[in-house]
Amino acid sequence: MEKKTKVHAEAGRQELVITREFDLPLELLFKAYAEAEIVEQWMGTKVLELENKNHGSWRFETTDPQGNKFGMHGVIHEFIPGQRITRTFEMVNAPFPPQLEFLEFSSSGQGRSALRMHIVFRSVADRDALLKLPFAQGINLAHNRLQEIVNRLK
Amino acid sequence: MELRRDVFQAIADPTRRAIITLLALQAMTPTAIAGNFDSSRQTISRHIQILTECEIVSQEQNGREIYYHLNPLKLQEIADFVEPFRKFWDDRFNKLENIMKNYKTES
Repeated sequence: MEKKTKVHAEAGRQELVITREFDLPLELLFKAYAEAEIVEQWMGTKVLELENKNHGSWRFETTDPQGNKFGMHGVIHEFIPGQRITRTFEMVNAPFPPQLEFLEFSSSGQGRSALRMHIVFRSVADRDALLKLPFAQGINLAHNRLQEIVNRLK
Repeated sequence: MELRRDVFQAIADPTRRAIITLLALQAMTPTAIAGNFDSSRQTISRHIQILTECEIVSQEQNGREIYYHLNPLKLQEIADFVEPFRKFWDDRFNKLENIMKNYKTES
């Protein structure tokens, strides 16, 4: 069976593309990105700030079962309802530079929709370092690994 | 410092990626590989050596000649590297889809 979510990460390039088809109409898919209380549910994070407008800012905070808090933040460069969100993304206290994200939403017809997420990194090494985080064991472990890296840098 | 070869490092170089592409078609001798590039034979040998250390290519003695061939399992490993990240987003998006399906029926 074809995979619903695809990650296209070409070797030696400082970008990657995530695509996904949803069995949802476009408005509902976009709503899941625009409304803070819905973002909180599927991202499993707390939304501290989400200004859905050009030049808006956003801040999320995730707490792991041990009570450690991990922040993510950025600015929203462009917000076009039902079409596009262009934003930066940065993990707080992490050795990774911010990344630039282009989120493109489109209708596939018959109550279906698609998301294309194009992420541009500062360098090839930064992209590969992100891919090497232990996502398989869940985001908490990925965060813990980040914490280890940060501690080592201190 | 311990020298650790990393598959990502191996494929980050354009010449090494070109060598991988060549070897994907057929096993080749080092001379034949070098014949495809303007770089010196020595430079190409160095690239082949790095690919060998990463086990992306391996060598086989065939009569007098050494042939290099691609190790597809190792390349699969590179694809597998991306898989946990893909799975992570897939889980998130599945959650999003389920939440919004309920949202649809509730409203």
